[in-house]
Amino acid sequence: MGMRPLLLLPEMLLLVGGLGALIGGSFVPRQRQWLIRVLTAVVLVAAMAAAAVQLGGPVQRAFEGTYAVDTATGVARILAAFGTLLVLTLAADEIAASARESETYALLLFVTTGTVVLAGADDLLVLAVGFLLATIPLYGLIGLVNTASGAEAAMKTYLMGALFGILLLLGVTILSGVAGTTMYGDLTDRLTQAPAVAVAAATVGVVAGLMFKAGGVPAHFWVPDAAQGAGGTVATFLTTVPKIGALIAVYRFVLVLPRTTSWALLVAIFAVASMTLGNLAAYWQNDPRRLLGWSTVSQVGFLLVPVAVAGRSDLALPSLLVYLAGYTVTNIAAFAVTAALPEHRELTAYGGLARRRPWLAAALLVALLGLVGTPPTAVFVGKLTTATAAWDGDYAWLAVVAFVNTVLSLFYYLRWIVPAYRTADADMVATEQVSPRRWSARTAVIAAALSLAAGLAAGPLWQLASQQ
Amino acid sequence: MLSLIVFVPLAAALALVGLPRLRDAPTRWAWVAVAAVDLALVIVVWVRYEKPAPGGLAFEERAAWIPGVNSSYHLGVDGFSLPLVAMTAVIFLACAVYALRERHRPRAHAALFLFLQSVSLGLFVAADLILFFVFFDLSLVGMYFLIAGWGHGNRGHSAMKFFLYTFLGSLALLVGFIGLYVAAEPHTFDMPALAAATPLAGRPLAGGLVLAAILVGLAVKTPTVPFHTWLPPAHTDAPAVGSAVLAGVLLKMGTYGFVRIAMPMLPQAWRAWAWVVIVVGVVSVIYGALVALAQTNVKRMIAYTSVNHMGYIALAVGAAGLVAADTTQARTVAVTGAVTQMVSHGLITGALFLLAGVLRDRVGTYDVGAYGGLAAPAPAFATLFAVGAFASLGLPAFAGFIAEFQIFTGSVAVAPVTAVALVGILVTAALFLRALQRVFTGETRGHSIGFTDLRPSEIWSAGPLLLLSLAIGILPRPLLDVIEPASAAVVDLVGR
Repeated sequence: MGMRPLLLLPEMLLLVGGLGALIGGSFVPRQRQWLIRVLTAVVLVAAMAAAAVQLGGPVQRAFEGTYAVDTATGVARILAAFGTLLVLTLAADEIAASARESETYALLLFVTTGTVVLAGADDLLVLAVGFLLATIPLYGLIGLVNTASGAEAAMKTYLMGALFGILLLLGVTILSGVAGTTMYGDLTDRLTQAPAVAVAAATVGVVAGLMFKAGGVPAHFWVPDAAQGAGGTVATFLTTVPKIGALIAVYRFVLVLPRTTSWALLVAIFAVASMTLGNLAAYWQNDPRRLLGWSTVSQVGFLLVPVAVAGRSDLALPSLLVYLAGYTVTNIAAFAVTAALPEHRELTAYGGLARRRPWLAAALLVALLGLVGTPPTAVFVGKLTTATAAWDGDYAWLAVVAFVNTVLSLFYYLRWIVPAYRTADADMVATEQVSPRRWSARTAVIAAALSLAAGLAAGPLWQLASQQ
Repeated sequence: MLSLIVFVPLAAALALVGLPRLRDAPTRWAWVAVAAVDLALVIVVWVRYEKPAPGGLAFEERAAWIPGVNSSYHLGVDGFSLPLVAMTAVIFLACAVYALRERHRPRAHAALFLFLQSVSLGLFVAADLILFFVFFDLSLVGMYFLIAGWGHGNRGHSAMKFFLYTFLGSLALLVGFIGLYVAAEPHTFDMPALAAATPLAGRPLAGGLVLAAILVGLAVKTPTVPFHTWLPPAHTDAPAVGSAVLAGVLLKMGTYGFVRIAMPMLPQAWRAWAWVVIVVGVVSVIYGALVALAQTNVKRMIAYTSVNHMGYIALAVGAAGLVAADTTQARTVAVTGAVTQMVSHGLITGALFLLAGVLRDRVGTYDVGAYGGLAAPAPAFATLFAVGAFASLGLPAFAGFIAEFQIFTGSVAVAPVTAVALVGILVTAALFLRALQRVFTGETRGHSIGFTDLRPSEIWSAGPLLLLSLAIGILPRPLLDVIEPASAAVVDLVGR
């Protein structure tokens, strides 16, 4: 064991890139800020490349064993960077040449770094650092739009973040107190002798704290507001990328806990609550972003299903990673459609979209049906394999609940698809003139195509995710 | 070869969508040409088909898909799937011909239909549960857009009801599939492997639950009582070609699942719950017939006779689960009858729905009371409709008779009490005769005045379907020779 800083090359690239964007932005005139966007893109691609090189290698640990570099970390690095790259193309429409352009890129890179650190953390303190790094810049990002709803969303996020951040830190403190160590590698043994109540309370704290990052019950209240209030770029980002790190962090964390604490049940309850509540709340939303915000809450519930059977089924980790990959592209596709049509803030505004913009409508269709879990999109493979993992790990009821919730979710996605594909509509005239933003529309189509392709090429994807 | 059959329509659909500004007339003929080519390919397969070993498949193709969960792209045909594949290709060709007069966005219409053809064919040749499910779900999406986009009346509502209902069924099915996968050792989604392994053999409770999930999924799609409520509105508001495909092809996906998945993979549970299936079948037969009798809307009436006809199939496959020493022959006959019924119902009801579409096309109503004496202005229409009605009620010399005769011979031999379902035939006969009488005979009145008779595209779509049904009724041997070995094999599997 040793420092081995080179193992953390992707994280360092992201962090240094963020600093570079921040500083560089001050020296570049506003009309030339696209230079910083290019720089950010280059940094992201470089980070992905560095991560891809390491992905094939054996499991290694950096910084005295506090940071794991394995398949999960590798996939998280690539997914987070790729997701941010897609989000960046939305920014090309929305915030190009705006007053806070380079700052936005810097904050995006910081959150991405924090997300990856969360995913790789093999130590409670690193986990806490990752959490803070992924959270604090997020407040700024949400508040960037200078609107009342944006300010409200930032405030809500900040308060929720503060509360659950404290819960997480409290949990970390208790665990390190009763175990005398913060390293995951040593925690399992020590925790079996520790008082069960303390371990249970700390577990609730840490998992709940991470749920804030994932945007799941019980820390989900900020998600719909932020998705609705923030700009398109930020809304897409915060409902996609931070989840990657948070969910892998939960997975790693629960694996450490001794069998005596019934963490699996806790995670299962959070999963059921997230998917059910997210679905029910999404039912009568009229703002597409808010609807998608609630839909991401329910998606977190589905993503928690394999976490509940971590260690009991060999399928748990690969299915989680495959689902995360599918979710990333599919969710970005759906949000990108809303970013392409920022004036459409009601579902009815999408009336007749299929006729006016067939490609954009097709992207929306693939994305929404994908989020339902219709084959052959990537989320279908994710849902299928996570449910299989749950059943395999003796949580058959959780698989059934997940499918019942899938049926529930179909209805509100259809509420959006139906007007888009209606042939004749009175609203059509009113919205005829709006032309979609170019880059966002392209991103939507590309991300939707990727979601289809990832489903069809699920075999190689699975192989990648199940390497030891 | 099978991949070619499955994906030729899809490729054509993508080409139609992708080609810029193709004119309407070439689009329609291109669709007919593609459907004809696909049917030709199916005929080639039929001619070259050789009976596979019991439990095996012909024309097998296999490629890795998601090896992590042992799901592969596995295709193959046997005596159950081949007739259904052929029927599917025939019905889609008939729809293509019928739609030569489609004026509403013909390009998207053709593309959607070709897509539906691909997924329907894919479902019948799939030999992997996940592949089966993929096609199953995509068929729902395709049909949803067909009803919502080209239907009439309260189409949005009907399409939504159809989608939600059958989506629920499909997920129940998926739960069952996962149960099978987890129980199998080694874990697999491969159909022949699962049929060989019978994963839940020693566990009656788990086996019963998994079977229940699969049965609910299939029963929604079939549909049988009590899961049939989505069917009448969907049929009533769907376009004529949509109804033909829905009744002819999509309903068969449910019944096909019985003989392909439920019976061979869960034989013990199937035997234990055979009586439930029989009761559901008998209730569907009688209830469907009685409700159809009460309808005044022609399309609704035909829709309910579909519930009745699907009930016969449930009855037969249920009876096949009542294993006793000396009834193997009878059970084989029942299963053969069930599969013949799938083909026959597809052809006959497909034709009837296409013909019913003519009513709406001419005067815009399906109401029986709005017509009278239609035979005088529209003799060709009256002839074809009467032929279809007689075929549907099981008149000898038509495929329906061959099917229902075998179903009852087999079922009554195994369980004499199932003879009560014969009432269904009687009621169906009554309702069809009454409808014929009210619409076609008597003095020409109401909307019948000035009714234009069938156009060539209508004759050449519904006509061949009825001719084929007549051909099967007179010369059933070529079809039965294909089905019978597969029936014997599945009866053998259920008897394990």
